[in-house]
Amino acid sequence: MIEVSHLSRRFGSFVAVDDLSFTVRPGEVLGFLGPNGAGKSTTMKMIAGFIAPSAGSVRIFGRDVQQQTQDARRLIGYLPEGAPSYEDMRVMEFLRFIGKVRSLRGADLDARLDSVVERMDLGGVLQQRIETLSKGFKRRVGLAQAILHDPQVLILDEPTDGLDPNQKHQVRELIRGLSDEKIVVVSTHILEEVHAVCNRAIIVAHGRVVADGTPAELESRSPTHRAVHLHLAEAYAGAVAAIAALAGVREVRADADGKRLLVLPHPEASPLAALARLVHDRGWVADELHVERGKLDEVFRNITREAA
Amino acid sequence: MSMVSIIARRELGSYFATPLAYVFVLIFLVLGGVFTFYIGGFYERGQADLVPFFSFHPWLYLFLVPAIAMRLWSEERKSGTIELLLTLPLTKMDAVLGKFLAAWLFTGLALALSFPLWITVNVLGSPDNGVILASYLGSWLMAGSFLAIGSCMSALSRNQVIAFITTVVVCFLFTLSGFPLVLDALGGWAPQLLIDAIASMSFLTHFTAISKGVIGLRDVLFFVSLTVVWLAATAVVIELKQAD
Ligand SMILES: Nc1ncnc2c1ncn2[C@@H]1O[C@H](COP(=O)(O)OP(=O)(O)OP(=O)(O)O)[C@@H](O)[C@H]1O
Ligand SMILES: [Mg+2]
Repeated sequence: MIEVSHLSRRFGSFVAVDDLSFTVRPGEVLGFLGPNGAGKSTTMKMIAGFIAPSAGSVRIFGRDVQQQTQDARRLIGYLPEGAPSYEDMRVMEFLRFIGKVRSLRGADLDARLDSVVERMDLGGVLQQRIETLSKGFKRRVGLAQAILHDPQVLILDEPTDGLDPNQKHQVRELIRGLSDEKIVVVSTHILEEVHAVCNRAIIVAHGRVVADGTPAELESRSPTHRAVHLHLAEAYAGAVAAIAALAGVREVRADADGKRLLVLPHPEASPLAALARLVHDRGWVADELHVERGKLDEVFRNITREAA
Repeated sequence: MSMVSIIARRELGSYFATPLAYVFVLIFLVLGGVFTFYIGGFYERGQADLVPFFSFHPWLYLFLVPAIAMRLWSEERKSGTIELLLTLPLTKMDAVLGKFLAAWLFTGLALALSFPLWITVNVLGSPDNGVILASYLGSWLMAGSFLAIGSCMSALSRNQVIAFITTVVVCFLFTLSGFPLVLDALGGWAPQLLIDAIASMSFLTHFTAISKGVIGLRDVLFFVSLTVVWLAATAVVIELKQAD
């Protein structure tokens, strides 16, 4: 369990993190979202024990990061922003070093090394100097280092930044494949990622939590949540007016050619059934009919702009 | 294996991963030779000892040791690896000591590689090998103090050039404070107590004492305690400047 309570961090007079409180339980994969400069990395640095809070505390399974620093750190795997690593080392040498500091020895260490090398697909570059690796491979080395000791808590600051689509997929698989007792906190600017891996999302702005819920809950706050996309084969006369008259429909937006329609519902209403019946009764030919879940990036924009 | 030695091994490995180590050793040996033979007049003196070699060490270290020390922490800060290092389950002191130890062992290696000089004097005459051994030890202790100062200066800045210059300046003060020129200049007006205090902080005074062959507890203690103090200061500086 991660308990963040009343966490604040100031840099001079600037407040980067402002009285942040939240709890993450085992099994939760928390997406940590927010605009640039919102304080995500600063918060993660405090959770990982790199910088001290100006006020408040972080506990990792009951161990205070500031008081029982070493105990807390042993439970955490941390990928700092930008995935820094000792660039003049070779990949294997670097991972071995991390393993030793993590108190892994002998056969244990070898088994863990094999496992992360396979998971992060590093087999081909083990003897290469890290400085000569591509950005994506560097990121993978950083991830490998974070999961090497199979930690209970994973703190990943923008882990998929710079990865190719295959690798992004692999990292998401990796996060999803972690056991149910693990905690993952992952910051990202890629909102589809939140869908793909997170079962909870927190949006921060100006160092404060502005939204906290499951990705689906956040999406339902979108104006297009449950809106229906309708693509008609031709622009039927009176279609827009007929649809707008249906129960539960708040607004109908049509494209210039009148074929693509977006049907926005009243809150809590779901116009899909009525709409489908109307299309059928009138004998319209529809190429496409689907319900919008709501766009996370819309919610993100609305919420973080409000907070500004 | 303790954390300190794990860190020290990694550091030592990285010295040899780049040309840095080889360049340093080469320059150290070449300059050592130049000082000994040309400026120190090794042959002309007609004495079987290594005084010309050792007496230039403080000046040699003044520029070479900061070159080693400047990267200790500045580089970690610049590349961001300090965030990786200091979120691993080890203490700041482990990291400070490990890094220092690697650098100190490395200067020890450079020093040891000057052994052909030792062989030469033994072939040419019969020197007091006890004195030479004491000089080597004293020189290595002094290098440690230079390094500890450099470690602290390096922790203060992410810029290696600044770390280099500030280290040279501080080391210069510590070296110079025993120089007759300085002490004579003070002699006119400063109280004797102050002069003694300043002189007693000098690398030169203590190093000269050891290299006469007398390994006095006072002199050894001076270098050791100076090293300890500057290393502790390094840990404090890192703690204070962690977020930057
Ligand atoms: N060492 C520091 N000194 C001064 N200000 C800092 C320092 N570190 C961070 N800040 C400021 O704190 C704020 C939060 O920074 P942080 O890196 O946590 O943002 P972030 O949410 O991770 O942003 P991004 O999405 O761009 O990574 C920023 O305005 C930043 O300029
Ligand atoms: Mg960030």
